[in-house]
Amino acid sequence: MSSVIQVRGLTKKFGQQFTAVNDLSFSVHKGDVYGFLGQNGAGKSTTIRMLLSLIEPTAGEIEIFGLPLAANRSAIMQKVGAVIEKPAMYEYLTAYQNLKIFSALSGVSKTKTKLLQELGVVGLAARAQDNVGTFSQGMKQRLAIAMAMVNDPELILLDEPTNGLDPQGIADIRNLILNLSREQGKTVLVSSHLLSEIEQVATRLIIIDKGCKLVEGDSKELFDTSKTVVAIQTLDNKKATELLLQSNWAGQLLVNRSSDKEIFMQLDEKHLPSLHKSLVEMGIGVLSVKPMHSLEDYFLQITSTPKYV
Amino acid sequence: MYSLVQVELYKIFKRPRTYIAFGAVAALIGIIQFGLKLDGKSYLDFMLNDLSSSLEIDGKILNGYLVCYVMLQLLLVHVPLLIALIAADMISGEANMGTLRLLLIKPYSRTTLLLAKFIAATIYTLLLLVWLAILALFGSMLLFGTDDMFLLKTSYVVLLKESDVFWRYIGAFGFAALAMTTVASLGFFLSVFAENSIGPIVATMSVIVFFTILSTLNIPIFNLIKPYLFTTHMIGWKEFFDIKVNDSNEAIIGSIQNPDKIIKAAVVLFIHTIGFFVATVLVFRKKDILS
Repeated sequence: MSSVIQVRGLTKKFGQQFTAVNDLSFSVHKGDVYGFLGQNGAGKSTTIRMLLSLIEPTAGEIEIFGLPLAANRSAIMQKVGAVIEKPAMYEYLTAYQNLKIFSALSGVSKTKTKLLQELGVVGLAARAQDNVGTFSQGMKQRLAIAMAMVNDPELILLDEPTNGLDPQGIADIRNLILNLSREQGKTVLVSSHLLSEIEQVATRLIIIDKGCKLVEGDSKELFDTSKTVVAIQTLDNKKATELLLQSNWAGQLLVNRSSDKEIFMQLDEKHLPSLHKSLVEMGIGVLSVKPMHSLEDYFLQITSTPKYV
Repeated sequence: MYSLVQVELYKIFKRPRTYIAFGAVAALIGIIQFGLKLDGKSYLDFMLNDLSSSLEIDGKILNGYLVCYVMLQLLLVHVPLLIALIAADMISGEANMGTLRLLLIKPYSRTTLLLAKFIAATIYTLLLLVWLAILALFGSMLLFGTDDMFLLKTSYVVLLKESDVFWRYIGAFGFAALAMTTVASLGFFLSVFAENSIGPIVATMSVIVFFTILSTLNIPIFNLIKPYLFTTHMIGWKEFFDIKVNDSNEAIIGSIQNPDKIIKAAVVLFIHTIGFFVATVLVFRKKDILS
């Protein structure tokens, strides 16, 4: 499979002391929705800014569409669209005027009707002639996406695109990413701290921490449901733990993670009904059995015990 | 490049802030013209107090040409602030809004983007001076009429024939345009270092005030650096209104007393303008965009 982005040994140091990105290597394949995950300050935005040549790397190589970025910046950027952190635009201009400006800057000549249609795609047709200064955060984010898409890019970089959005806005962004990938065949790199959102869209992903890669791979492989962590709350967690240790479920009990507040077990998701039945049969007053197979749980587990790869 | 300049001009002239400068110039000129129209005679009496006993002056001294000269003396000191409002905001303002990163991910080099922005800032500067010329020169010619131009210098007077004045104003405004472009390039340069507009605007004015003080102080040690300060040469436009005289002490129509002084001042201003722009490019090309 051809790589749209190929990064090797990417490093960025600010001054002598702080290394924001440390020897990072990864590749994004054509058609991927590539999740770029990490806690705040992990180096996600710095990496994305280096991919867009906004920040000069201290070391390492970046190739986009098979071309070295440093030597082919203009040619590459003609096929790239991006939303970088909080949406930025000219607040004294209307949504239409903003889109018109960035269409011209992208070297794309579009009619007013076409630009208004594109505003309609992100649900802003009715506010096209309103000043952006009057827009909510969600509307600005949608306009930022329309601006990023105005040159019909092959590669789209979305840095924290759901920041500040309400649940409906987050769902809209998720659907948009899925549409871009599945219907239009675009390659999307998306970073977010809302990991549950990434879980729903990413085909491949990387998790970084303190500028280093922790893990990279196929989403399906990383979310192996045969190793689902389950959080259990009962009326008496101490007693429930003792009973579980004496039962056939003892091997699945995560003793070190469990506490008086919550019991943790790891098991195949398909065994959840029988676990529930056993708990009831043991006379344990079950308050909740919550499978934590989300990426967030996975992410929290590996970032709490980092093993750099 | 053309579309980039177009976009930059579009942004400049869509901002309400841009029209503050045009409004301020119109208001100041209007007030001065109004005052001189109502009470110009008192102003002239005050100016000519020492000369009235030794000179007999006929004709219309308070004409459009003199009024324009008086206004230029007053306004060209303050216009740099109006230039700085836009020029010093060209990069820092974009950084502040976060739009700088959007511009820099478009398929243009940083140098091309800077050049487009600088051209747009220069066009704004020139348009402001054209506006100043229309109101101060043509407006005054309309309100006060035209006649020979009588100028009172520090130690002598200059009398310019009516037919010998207009071209001098074209030269003076052209020179002022160069001087103001230098101010714009300074603001533009300082704009690279900040992520809000206030800092570069204040810094531009501070540099101009500081250098102007050095340029006007008559302390020998400062005389060494004066020729190299751009502020020393910003008032070079006045040289267009000094005329040569022949051996019979008669004015030579169409002449300038010190054309070399004008050329030297223009060269210094031009070198500063280019220097500030090149420095801007060098700094900006290596700058990490973190805003």
